[in-house]
Amino acid sequence: MAAGPAPLGGHPRAQKPHLSKMERVVVSMQDPDQGVKMQSQRLLITVIPHAVTGNDVVEWLIQKYCIAEDEALHLGTLLVQHGYLYPLRDPRRLLLQPDETPYRFQTPYFWMSTLWPAAELDYAIYLAKKNIRKQGALVDHEKAHYDQLHRKINHTWDLVVMQAREQLRAAKQRRKGDRLVIACQEQTYWLVNRPPPGVPSVLEQGPERGSCTARQVQMTKTVDFYKREIECCRKALGRTRVKSSVCLEAYLKFSSQRGPHDPLLSGCLPSNPWVTDDDTYWAMNAPSVAVPTKLRVEQWAFSFRELLEDPVGRAHFMDFLQTEFSAENLSFWEACEELRHGGQAQVPALVDAVYQQFLAPGAARWVNIDSRTMERTLEGLGRPHRHVLDDAQLHIYMLMKKDSYPRFLKSDLYKDLLAEAVVPLETKRRVFPFMWKPRHSSPSLALLPTSTSGEPEAAAGSPGGGDGET
Amino acid sequence: MAADGLHENETLASLKSEAESLKGKLEEERAKLHDVELHQVAERVEALGQFVMKTRRTLKGHGNKVLCMDWCKDKRRIVSSSQEHAVTMPCTWVMACAYAPSGCAIACGGLDNKCSVYPLTFDKNENMAAKKKSVAMHTNYLSACSFTNSDMQILTASGDGTCALWDVESGQLLQSFHGHGADVLCLDLAPSETGNTFVSGGCDKKAMVWDMRSGQCVQAFETHESDINSVRYYPSGDAFASGSDDATCRLYDLRADREVAIYSKESIIFGASSVDFSLSGRLLFAGYNDYTINVWDVLKGSRVSILFGHENRVSTLRVSPDGTAFCSGSWDHTLRVWA
Repeated sequence: MAAGPAPLGGHPRAQKPHLSKMERVVVSMQDPDQGVKMQSQRLLITVIPHAVTGNDVVEWLIQKYCIAEDEALHLGTLLVQHGYLYPLRDPRRLLLQPDETPYRFQTPYFWMSTLWPAAELDYAIYLAKKNIRKQGALVDHEKAHYDQLHRKINHTWDLVVMQAREQLRAAKQRRKGDRLVIACQEQTYWLVNRPPPGVPSVLEQGPERGSCTARQVQMTKTVDFYKREIECCRKALGRTRVKSSVCLEAYLKFSSQRGPHDPLLSGCLPSNPWVTDDDTYWAMNAPSVAVPTKLRVEQWAFSFRELLEDPVGRAHFMDFLQTEFSAENLSFWEACEELRHGGQAQVPALVDAVYQQFLAPGAARWVNIDSRTMERTLEGLGRPHRHVLDDAQLHIYMLMKKDSYPRFLKSDLYKDLLAEAVVPLETKRRVFPFMWKPRHSSPSLALLPTSTSGEPEAAAGSPGGGDGET
Repeated sequence: MAADGLHENETLASLKSEAESLKGKLEEERAKLHDVELHQVAERVEALGQFVMKTRRTLKGHGNKVLCMDWCKDKRRIVSSSQEHAVTMPCTWVMACAYAPSGCAIACGGLDNKCSVYPLTFDKNENMAAKKKSVAMHTNYLSACSFTNSDMQILTASGDGTCALWDVESGQLLQSFHGHGADVLCLDLAPSETGNTFVSGGCDKKAMVWDMRSGQCVQAFETHESDINSVRYYPSGDAFASGSDDATCRLYDLRADREVAIYSKESIIFGASSVDFSLSGRLLFAGYNDYTINVWDVLKGSRVSILFGHENRVSTLRVSPDGTAFCSGSWDHTLRVWA
């Protein structure tokens, strides 16, 4: 090659981690003791040493990483596509054949991490060599590249041809085996760096990141940046942490409770529309449906947030609050949500409307907030902004959550909803994501002890992704 | 002046070392309450059975690499964006897109440094581009965007190292979030009761949790070894997962204030570009740059399945709002819906 390794890009971003990992893989594949079985490969009248078969490569990957054949073949194919292994016989296509097809490991000189980006001059010399050898009969895309380069670097074309001739002459001096190997190595390198049309380029990286070095330097090296980091750290040091055991137990509980509600984990009734093309599941679970499903009604008992997030649940909760003469709380909360997430232009009008309806003395739907919060809120109303009602909203939210919500779950209204809720029958065609426990249309999983008190928990060995524990 | 310059450098150096030592102390504090590993706790949990998941739909509308996608709340419609070629415009990467909660608009942006909102219309004669509204303006590419609880606010992340909250109607900047030391690549809104925080991940290997109201960073995590391409909250809101170019996905617990799990395998070498949880949080789906999708058991930390099908990098992955399927988008120009 004319030029040596080219400098990387124009900025000092770390090389993509996957390249160094692939290189470690091929290095361990070449380990004399633990590596892939090496053998000599006969090609016509030459014998090429240190070759491996596609099959052995796959086997080695299966053993080394404890993976199945499909994954091993996929990984091996990636190694070939990135030019770390090349086929000895048909080096025009970078594929891994899981049979006796012979391959060799690419010399580190041609690794993607060493010699990138590929230099135009080198490509010109390579094509010129091919052109000379094949007496003008280059493949289509190579011919196009050749012509393009000829036009572009016309002024140095003499140098190109001279180099090409020199390299060809030097090659003739080598043994046939070496000549063949070097030709394969070079061809592979160019297949990776100048892939033929239709073959995706493994070099593509997507939009550049950290593009402006200067900007990056600016970002990391200002006084402000470090001051912010220090502030963030100080606050973090002061925060209360929860023991890992407590946090992690919460995941178990959460996942086991939600398992039956997770279609990708436990399937869904009557069937998953994407699998069976039957839309019934979506119709039965539409946002505003007259009779919700049992699972849906049960979910309202999981958390207050989930009750509110479901329009049907929220509507029933509103009905319940009306029986307790505290519906203004929910309406107030909804108005605050509208303020927080609404357009800037609407802020003053909304704040005023909320004040008139819920907060003013003698308001039609006066909400009961503690005096300190009320005082603070009323003060803030002088300069209305999106968050001016946050404190009041939180107060009312907590009131509903700790007080009205538990009563709702114990109420006849909720119990009736549960009883009337629909449990769909499963369709005849059984297609479940997991081939172990099919769902039953029988009473579903245990509710938490906090919801309907006194009821015994459903037996273990229940369907779905749970572990029987609550 | 020379004297001032020297002073500036001393301050900078001392600030930097103070930051480093505080970070060290923080890690010590975090370690103190770490009394058990997730996989130990999960030993009691029953293992998942053999996994059977297939491509149920392949969508081939794009003429180029699919870069981003989002589901509509109606659970059936999808918006996706790609690297577009157009006669009149130079090639642009549209790297971020999001569906408005009402389903009536979408937002997208990319190398144009902007986030624009397009109202959706079913009238084929109407020119959508004409109604486009530019909402966000950054000084570098837009990497991610998301509507908050309504159609009227958008949260954006950018290659300029910041995130920002915008009022859609006026284009006004409501809050900006500074703290990342490099490009911000992803963000996700927290499903919390108070709905006031979000998490972002960037090229500085940090995942940061922000208070939307004050603009302050609430928590930061720096355990990845390379760019963080994707962040997604665990359904309870108490944790979030991240996917990175270091070929791992990680789980960070917000109450324990630390990383609690790493999802990795020696045979997985390429970066994870996109992650999402199933509804119960038991499964984590991750799309990788080696064209595959790996499905992880979040509790046990093991890989449940590997899904083949795409013929190029998987660039985006989202579970549908009702959890019946997930969709993956790829540089092979297709989107696949899996169930």
